[in-house]
Amino acid sequence: MNPAFTIPAFGPLLPEIILAVGVLVLILFGAFRGERSVEGMNIIALALLAVAFLAVLMLPSERVETMAGSFVVDGFAKFMKSLTLIASACGVILSMDYMRRERIARFEYPILIVLSTIGMLMVISANDLIALYLGLELLSLSSYVIAAFDRDNVRSTEAGLKYFVLGALSSGMLLYGASLVYGFTGSVSFPVIASVLQGNVGNGAIFGLVFVAAGIAFKISAVPFHMWTPDVYEGSPTPVTAFFAAAPKMAGMAMATRVFIDAFPGILVQWQQIIVFISIASMALGSFAAIGQRNIKRLMAYSSIGNVGYALIGLATGTAEGVQGVAIYMAIYLAMTLGTFAVILGMRRGNVMFETIDDLSGLARTHPVMAFCLAMMMFSLAGIPPLAGFFAKFYVFAAAIQANLVALAVIGVVTSVIGAYYYLRIVKVMYFDEPVERFEPMAPGVSFVLVVSSAVVLLFWIVPAPVVNAAGAAARSLFL
Amino acid sequence: MVIGLGHYLTVAAVLFTLGVFGIFINRKNVIVILMSIELILLAVNINMVAFSTHMNDIVGQVFALLILTVAAAEAAIGLAILVVFFRNRGSIAVEDVNMMRG
Repeated sequence: MNPAFTIPAFGPLLPEIILAVGVLVLILFGAFRGERSVEGMNIIALALLAVAFLAVLMLPSERVETMAGSFVVDGFAKFMKSLTLIASACGVILSMDYMRRERIARFEYPILIVLSTIGMLMVISANDLIALYLGLELLSLSSYVIAAFDRDNVRSTEAGLKYFVLGALSSGMLLYGASLVYGFTGSVSFPVIASVLQGNVGNGAIFGLVFVAAGIAFKISAVPFHMWTPDVYEGSPTPVTAFFAAAPKMAGMAMATRVFIDAFPGILVQWQQIIVFISIASMALGSFAAIGQRNIKRLMAYSSIGNVGYALIGLATGTAEGVQGVAIYMAIYLAMTLGTFAVILGMRRGNVMFETIDDLSGLARTHPVMAFCLAMMMFSLAGIPPLAGFFAKFYVFAAAIQANLVALAVIGVVTSVIGAYYYLRIVKVMYFDEPVERFEPMAPGVSFVLVVSSAVVLLFWIVPAPVVNAAGAAARSLFL
Repeated sequence: MVIGLGHYLTVAAVLFTLGVFGIFINRKNVIVILMSIELILLAVNINMVAFSTHMNDIVGQVFALLILTVAAAEAAIGLAILVVFFRNRGSIAVEDVNMMRG
């Protein structure tokens, strides 16, 4: 036993510590003030996320390891953490009006959002399997509860139950893989695993890698572990769906990138096949299965499956350019998905929320601005230049071609053309069909999110440099 | 007969497979699914402790303790979600979890 115990550096954990302490204060506040405090707690939660965002920006850009090597901060972690915090903050902003009008405004919601955000930040910075698992469980356990947040609604609770069962199964698989990796490499730490797994490795570690990949694929809802996504997205309250489509995806892709690039770089050939397969299957399912959907939340679920497939193209290359593509893709995907969900949240008349595509009929005549924003989101998701979605796809396809994965890039282009059909159908319904009754005016928070994300999607081509350069620096920090 | 690492890994693999099949084949009761999930996590723990003693490395046992803790939290949340689902639906049969087709 070593009597001289040095306290690890807490500086790199500052964003997580701020959120963790803040969430305890929020819990006390909620426990004493009860339901009266909901509005105030939403504001406090937003302030906490903003402070954590500033703390993330002030983190060092060079690689720092702390907590005996289980926690790492580098440029990549900074970039993905900023995206995650923006996504979580939008999850709170989008919920405020909706929760009040649906009479489910409870103070637990901001608490759960902040708790799962802590889990996401932990996952992004995890540098060993234990930290990865604990962060992932904090993220998942809070997400299960948020999915069932409308607890008197049978669909919401069913969504929570499905998410829980399949999520628990996937973390079981991830854990089984982690135990095999630990057993066959002798360590849980990513750098040690990377140094052991070089060249010709035994089947045990590969077996473990496959299980870990399955667990990660579930969290980012990649095919063949996507089956929970449409049901959970459809059943959850709409702001929760927006949150699920945005924040955990950022953390999940960051986790996938860090695990594969940091822990298994020596066996790129083995995991590359897995990622290529997952990527092709996700893109194909995302574009074909969405065609028949009538419910727009369900359609966005398939769209998010497809988008994860495109982002995984970048990861499949295993190069710095590919990871840069992943980072750019996730940043732009964040803007597109939040903008689309802001419009979905605006589809309300009186106490009824509308969720089918036909309800958007003639939106261009009743709400020209909203229709224009949604049309831009759809064109961007379909990858039409000069909107942001085109550049997102461009960077991952370019990286794939540089890494000699031409077939993968070609399949990506083909599926994105097929996927364009259902995105453009929404535009057609809005602009050429007979108008129906007007929707109510949007809540201020929702229109704020819509305006900001539309601005990002529309104007990205004028000033792409900040995002592209930051993503490039983030990607290079993984390959030092 | 000496009971070595391979035996422990085999038991864990069998338990893990039983757990996974328990989730997919079970058509009756969601509680059985919760039990299957526990089975999977315990299989992982057997793996962890077996590897840990085999390599004389304490990290695996620390991991196993953390898994036990999280498994308890997971079961609590699962049961809580199941209770609200039962209140709305009046049943916890697996075939009644079907409001949304997918």
